[in-house]
Amino acid sequence: MIAKPSIPDVLTEPGAHIGRPARRVDGRLKVTGGAKYAAEFSTPGLAHGYIVSSTIARGRITRIDASAALALPGVLHVFTHENRPSLAWFDRKWKDEDAPKGSPFRPLYDAEIIHSLQPVALVVADSFELARYAARLVEVEYEAAPHRTDLHAHRDDTYTPGKDKGGFEPPPKPRGDADKALAEAEMTVDLEFTQATEHHNPMEMHASTVVHHEDGTLTVYDKTQGAQNSHTWICNVFDLPKSGVRVLSPFVGGAFGSGLRPQHQLFMAVLAATQLKRSVRVELSRPQMFSFGHRPETIQRVALGASRDGTLTALIHEAVQESSQNENYVEVVVNWSGQQYKCDNVRLDYKLCRLDVHTPLDQRAPGAATGVPAIEIAMDELAHKLGMDPIELRLKNYTDVDPNTGNPFSSKELRACFAQGAERFGWAGRNPTPRSMRDGRQLIGWGMAAGVWDAMQGQAVAKAKLGIDGKLVVGSATADIGTGTYTVMTQIAADILGLPLDDVAFHLGDSSLPMAPIEGGSWTVSSVGSAVKAACDRVRDRLVGLAIKMDDGPLAGIGNEEVILADGHLAARADPSRRVSITAVMRAAGLLTIEEEARSIPYYLARSRHTLATHSAVFAEVRVDEDLGTVQVTRVVSAVAAGRIINPKTAASQIMGAVVWGIGMALEEETLTDHTLGRYVNHDIAEYHIPVNADVHDIDVIFVEEHDDLVNPLGAKGVGEIGIVGVPAAISNAIFHATGVRVRDLPITVDKILSGLAGGRG
Amino acid sequence: MRAFTYSRAGTLDEAVRILTGTPGARPVAGGTNLLDLMKADAMRPAHLVDISRLPLDQIEETPDGGLRLGALARNADTAYDDRVQTRYPMLSKAILAGASAQLRNMATNGGNLLQRTRCYYFYDSGTACNKREPGSGCGAITGVNRIHAILGASEHCIATHPSDMCVALAALDATVQVLGPKGGRAIPFAAFHRLPGDTPHLDTTLAADEIITAIDLPPQGFARHSTYLKVRDRASYAFALVSVAAALEIEDGTVRAARLALGGVAHKPWRDEQAEAMLVGKPALAGSFAPAARAILRDAKGFEHNAFKIELAERAILRALAEAAGVEHP
Ligand SMILES: Cc1cc2nc3c(=O)[nH]c(=O)nc-3n(C[C@H](O)[C@H](O)[C@H](O)COP(=O)(O)OP(=O)(O)OC[C@H]3O[C@@H](n4cnc5c(N)ncnc54)[C@H](O)[C@@H]3O)c2cc1C
Ligand code: SF4
Repeated sequence: MIAKPSIPDVLTEPGAHIGRPARRVDGRLKVTGGAKYAAEFSTPGLAHGYIVSSTIARGRITRIDASAALALPGVLHVFTHENRPSLAWFDRKWKDEDAPKGSPFRPLYDAEIIHSLQPVALVVADSFELARYAARLVEVEYEAAPHRTDLHAHRDDTYTPGKDKGGFEPPPKPRGDADKALAEAEMTVDLEFTQATEHHNPMEMHASTVVHHEDGTLTVYDKTQGAQNSHTWICNVFDLPKSGVRVLSPFVGGAFGSGLRPQHQLFMAVLAATQLKRSVRVELSRPQMFSFGHRPETIQRVALGASRDGTLTALIHEAVQESSQNENYVEVVVNWSGQQYKCDNVRLDYKLCRLDVHTPLDQRAPGAATGVPAIEIAMDELAHKLGMDPIELRLKNYTDVDPNTGNPFSSKELRACFAQGAERFGWAGRNPTPRSMRDGRQLIGWGMAAGVWDAMQGQAVAKAKLGIDGKLVVGSATADIGTGTYTVMTQIAADILGLPLDDVAFHLGDSSLPMAPIEGGSWTVSSVGSAVKAACDRVRDRLVGLAIKMDDGPLAGIGNEEVILADGHLAARADPSRRVSITAVMRAAGLLTIEEEARSIPYYLARSRHTLATHSAVFAEVRVDEDLGTVQVTRVVSAVAAGRIINPKTAASQIMGAVVWGIGMALEEETLTDHTLGRYVNHDIAEYHIPVNADVHDIDVIFVEEHDDLVNPLGAKGVGEIGIVGVPAAISNAIFHATGVRVRDLPITVDKILSGLAGGRG
Repeated sequence: MRAFTYSRAGTLDEAVRILTGTPGARPVAGGTNLLDLMKADAMRPAHLVDISRLPLDQIEETPDGGLRLGALARNADTAYDDRVQTRYPMLSKAILAGASAQLRNMATNGGNLLQRTRCYYFYDSGTACNKREPGSGCGAITGVNRIHAILGASEHCIATHPSDMCVALAALDATVQVLGPKGGRAIPFAAFHRLPGDTPHLDTTLAADEIITAIDLPPQGFARHSTYLKVRDRASYAFALVSVAAALEIEDGTVRAARLALGGVAHKPWRDEQAEAMLVGKPALAGSFAPAARAILRDAKGFEHNAFKIELAERAILRALAEAAGVEHP
């Protein structure tokens, strides 16, 4: 794999760190094994839990016989709904920061089974192996009830959700009359798309190690995207005093959304630890990683009408998506279509279908990764029908105002993404005719698509403490799920106080730190970064205030703004030889530390009057084997506009990783359901395919310059999700260009291409 | 995983003795398949005899001009052996099409023959599977069967044998050398793996107390005109949806001998001598191959999700034969 991130030089102001490609501050710990993950913490006398999972999708447990397991020496206890302690009763106690409307799943609560692989018992033993063995001996009998897991069979049995989950708005009211406009349009496409269920499958399996202290307090090491989210949830569910529990999550081996809600292994470990008064670890097996949230299966219709010059006259996007029986998981799917393109007649519609599955859960670019490919493939089909270049069609319907709200974008450099991406890819040399390029038996195709994701922000608090030795410690209870949070926060703090990165330590993943929201939705740099900036600004202001008040000091009497900080010193901007060290300033003031805390508050007013979003243009080259239908994605160029890029290196890693995932979404990833059993069957990563190195070739990342004063004080929008959004459509469009075969059913596996090649589908 | 006991055999005879005398004993070689299956509770040996250090890791010439592959020679060492690469390139290619570099370093030749199906249900003890739990039913027939058999399946089991190496060995007419309490015997490759019938829990004709000692390759390796083609859901590290071992002997542009074996389509590597005979005497041109491709698939039957394999197999056969013959594909 050759990855060539282009590092923009114009984006940054001359700070020492922000905008520069700093190496990960935690990199050494990670590659040497020094970084410890939730299941790696241990303590003497640690007991191990193993979960028994349901074999039916719906019904009741009629009998649990754990006697054979309990008879084994070393087995401590088997927890079931029959012997659980009293737990919270109200739904609101079971809700977490990411819970949608509804009644959250309660592990071991009662005899009811609501989805296959549901945890039904926890065996606790002296060793992991023993617990796993004993789990096999627990006999569970069920009375099965009819279940439904097939979205296609039940697609007409739907309901319209409301604003049922944070971060997602229901579709806007229709504009104009889209159905009439479609009927009257000069050119139309009217297409159905399906997106398979996907599981997050981070490398690290979900695990919780609960250390039970003598005084009954707990230290919990949890795999989570929000230590405080886990903390609040446990305290609510088990009615524990907040001061008696501390949740730590210093390192997370990937999460992609799977850690946005506390998962049942956390419940199990706390249950066992509090009941047995012993330290306990519970780690899920890989098949059990398919027992909770997932990217929901979705069926969509996109219908576009246009005049011959490519002006969109009708846009209809409808989606039916699965949710569980107990909660309304929403990710809305369709709204970005109305936001990306100017059109007078638009109807967006989003419905849910209740199935007997675990509640879905946000997965990288939730909603957009599903809905944007549909509109972007449809746009490609329309361009083809019109005989228009796909970029030209997009530019024809480009908008600087969000048509859904009528508000302008705070910034939108999508035009530049198209231009720079096309240039790097060599798009101008494309012959638009399908099947026009080949190399022996390999058909070559070029496709492109646009991407969009929201630039969200939440409130967060950070504290910063500067020592007289010039070392700075900053903390906020956010997470680093591999994204580079440690590094970018360190860069922001170091820049403000003019310190080398080595003199700054950033702490996260600890519920006792100042408040931070769950890490998701690409809002961490925006939310927590702004808080870090605010706290460090305060420390800086106090320090500068002390320096300019120092009698006979080199900076005495000059204005606050006239002071710059660099290399552990304060200096006069006009004459940097007038300088004094941080240590000297603090000594003169008689201070050992300067400590400040600050809360970042989004620019709510500006946000209410603008649409804030990241954009991308993705270009892909594929080689499709004409005989066998196999696909290689030989080249991807992703041009991204996401405001200021704090660290082009970690940001480029985010985009590259997302492109790899996009390749998986387009070609490989799919959780297969046996609808007779109501059960996922390929629940391991031998048969649940994600891209391997041999599937990944050139990936070229461009960050397009984008200036944004409205998004937050950093001008940075976040890059966690945008990288995946345009990729599946660009690949699907490239496959069409290579073969003349359209596949609107993701993932595009060999069998689907083959039936097109054989049947002349197009 | 269930509790088990473990011992290491010092000699081959001792290994056979332990296998014969200990109920529920199984040999373990590289462990790359057996240990996974034990963790999944799909195999439950009461005792493991570790044979991995027995001196069966050689690759040697045989008196008739063939090659003997030790049962404990690693897949990687076999694939990269000079003699295998020059005289049996199809075999080398097949091995290297399988698993990953790390796995091939651990996996042994004997273990490869005895690796078990990748049927999802076989691995999931929460479902019915006749192969794992005889008489419990077959989850795949009414369930998700995209990766399952199109040839030779029964109403009791539609699983496929997942090995790549075995497809090439079948095409080469290899012989499996085994040792049991009553001495040694040689099993022709075609008779080694079984069709499921009504006893799908039996994958092979090897007795429970027999050990594979070697695999013999006959002198004819089809080095000039052979290939192994594997079609899968990603470029590496996935089992075959369909694979083809194709080998031709060509004289003056005419096919004198032909071998065709399919993987990913049946409970065993699939050969059909009638189909192979249709290639013999024909010009070694792409236009000659279609009748044989159709013949080997004539009894193919698809289930709900795997019918595409029939068309895919036909295309793969034509492509592989063209590649083996060194001619342009039409
Ligand atoms: C993720 C993954 C992907 C893979 N992909 C592929 C693939 O694409 N293609 C492919 O062909 N293979 C693939 N493999 C399978 C791999 O080739 C086998 O696991 C390996 O060949 C088994 O060899 P082993 O020595 O480890 O066997 P073990 O696991 O030690 O044993 C397997 C079986 O053979 C028995 N056994 C071993 N040696 C002997 C002997 N000498 N005599 C009698 N019985 C014996 C054992 O008792 C056991 O039942 C994959 C495996 C994994 C885990
Ligand atoms: S196909 Fe064979 S292995 Fe798979 S479930 Fe059926 S019986 Fe078991």
